[in-house]
Amino acid sequence: MAISKKEVEHVARLARLGLNEEEKERMAKQLSNILDYADILKKIDTQNVPPTSYAIPMKNIFREDKVDPCLEIEELISNAPDLEAHMFRVPKIIE
Amino acid sequence: MFTKTAHELHSLLINRKISSMELTEAVFARIEKVEDKVRAFVTLTKEGAIKQARAADERIKNKDGVTPLTGIPLAIKDNFCTRGILTTCSSKILANHLPAYDATVVHKIKAAGGVILGKTNMDEFAMGSSTENSGVHPTHNPWDLKAVPGGSSGGSAAAVAADEAVLATGSDTGGSIRQPAAFCGVVGLKPTYGRVSRYGLVAFASSLDQIGPLTKDVTDNALFLNFMAGHDVKDSTSVDLPVPDYQKSLVDNIKGMKIGVIRELLGKGIDTEVKEVFNRAVKKLEELGAKIIEISMPNFEYAVATYYLIAPAEASSNLARFDGVKYGHRTREAKDLLTMYNQTRAEGFGNEVKRRIMLGTYALSAGYYDAYYLKALKVRTLIKQDFEKAFNQCELLLSPVTPSVAFKIGEKSADPLAMYLSDIATIPVNLAGLPAISLPCGFIKDLPVGLQIIGPAFAEETILRAAYTFEQNTDWHKRKPALN
Repeated sequence: MAISKKEVEHVARLARLGLNEEEKERMAKQLSNILDYADILKKIDTQNVPPTSYAIPMKNIFREDKVDPCLEIEELISNAPDLEAHMFRVPKIIE
Repeated sequence: MFTKTAHELHSLLINRKISSMELTEAVFARIEKVEDKVRAFVTLTKEGAIKQARAADERIKNKDGVTPLTGIPLAIKDNFCTRGILTTCSSKILANHLPAYDATVVHKIKAAGGVILGKTNMDEFAMGSSTENSGVHPTHNPWDLKAVPGGSSGGSAAAVAADEAVLATGSDTGGSIRQPAAFCGVVGLKPTYGRVSRYGLVAFASSLDQIGPLTKDVTDNALFLNFMAGHDVKDSTSVDLPVPDYQKSLVDNIKGMKIGVIRELLGKGIDTEVKEVFNRAVKKLEELGAKIIEISMPNFEYAVATYYLIAPAEASSNLARFDGVKYGHRTREAKDLLTMYNQTRAEGFGNEVKRRIMLGTYALSAGYYDAYYLKALKVRTLIKQDFEKAFNQCELLLSPVTPSVAFKIGEKSADPLAMYLSDIATIPVNLAGLPAISLPCGFIKDLPVGLQIIGPAFAEETILRAAYTFEQNTDWHKRKPALN
């Protein structure tokens, strides 16, 4: 199956990933290639096979609702590209 | 002294024949000499290392909580968070990222008195098999500087092979410890999923990622694993099982051990010379008393396709956090929020990461979820069942780690699918969450070949025992690269 440039644009929008024209063309070709290869899975009968998300059995972990020591806030937010009064500043969202 | 193993250096340190300071300076001198050729590191932390070496020497002098790691210079892969030390995952999007905390494994290494030399290069966000996808620079294979070191833990494997570090940490999602270990002729172990805490490891594919050691021999591997393994309340997928002393597994005896050879990993796609080296290694194990049987894994041929749907799907979700808001790179051209996201990610991610985000987003998107992602999860079950059936017949499984020896830099970088197919022998192990080791088992024209030993879940002890026995009766691990 071939992925069209239009589909690439749709997926890039979902992924919040800007692509230039050259990247879109290349991505369409490479993704088509990889998904063609993945089509070998289609011939396997998996009707009665349950999916495996984790290979090792997992269970929910609970802990007591109490406050533990936490990370240094100043140190954590010091990585932010744009800060104001302990808040992350972003471009205007609401017109 | 920088060529020695950690267990050899440990006895020199505790007998006061050398100091950690002397050792650390010797390793930095070695780095200075060969790093221009190898380029294993993205960050060096000499100042911190000197302080840690001084503290280790005090500890040894006062006999105060000395461990086999105390005073040993080691390297950390750049996707492990290190407090106050750049942690970039070799990506431009994290170029200035200073974590506010240490990964649990880093915390344990520090507590044991390890000396941290720096952070090693990797394929960006651990996505790749050659370290060519690093956003910083490529790393060169110490055995052939024109060849790749493997990936994604290529910097860690190359650093250990070139004696630029005594030990190194790695992470393995589809072979990222074992494949570079094979290409660089060192020992690399991927433990069982959940054996080692992933807290502070920047996530790539959360159901597949696992941390493990890269070392010069099997003994070091066991002792380093001792410090990594164990339950951690900060990682809900870490398993609450007692941790054995892995050094007790170092027994030179595999008499009567039933070991299976995977037929599907000796077919087409595997180089003839690799098969020959592998078959000699199997023969050696047989001479040492193992009972060798042939095992068929009928669903292995689907493993690469399965992996390249599941891993990118998880990655596309995990990497959504890199949006230019809380940390990392932000584009300068941010007029509105959507443009800021799109442009920040366009500027910050490299080609392979973009490709996997796209592939994963596609596989999870409406209309394709059932056909691709869910289908892959079901085939994952079949691959896991292949292993379960196999381990009813034998204790361990064997295969080559890679279909070929290290390839040349640039050889496969234009064809993503060809690169993906080079992970055929390592990927099924991650899909099933199992432990496996890579250790040197021969050479082809001065390039190392790796032997993969796979075990059932939490059978690291059996794997280490077989690996140790092989190593004690061969001397492939003693060879050193000429670095030219």
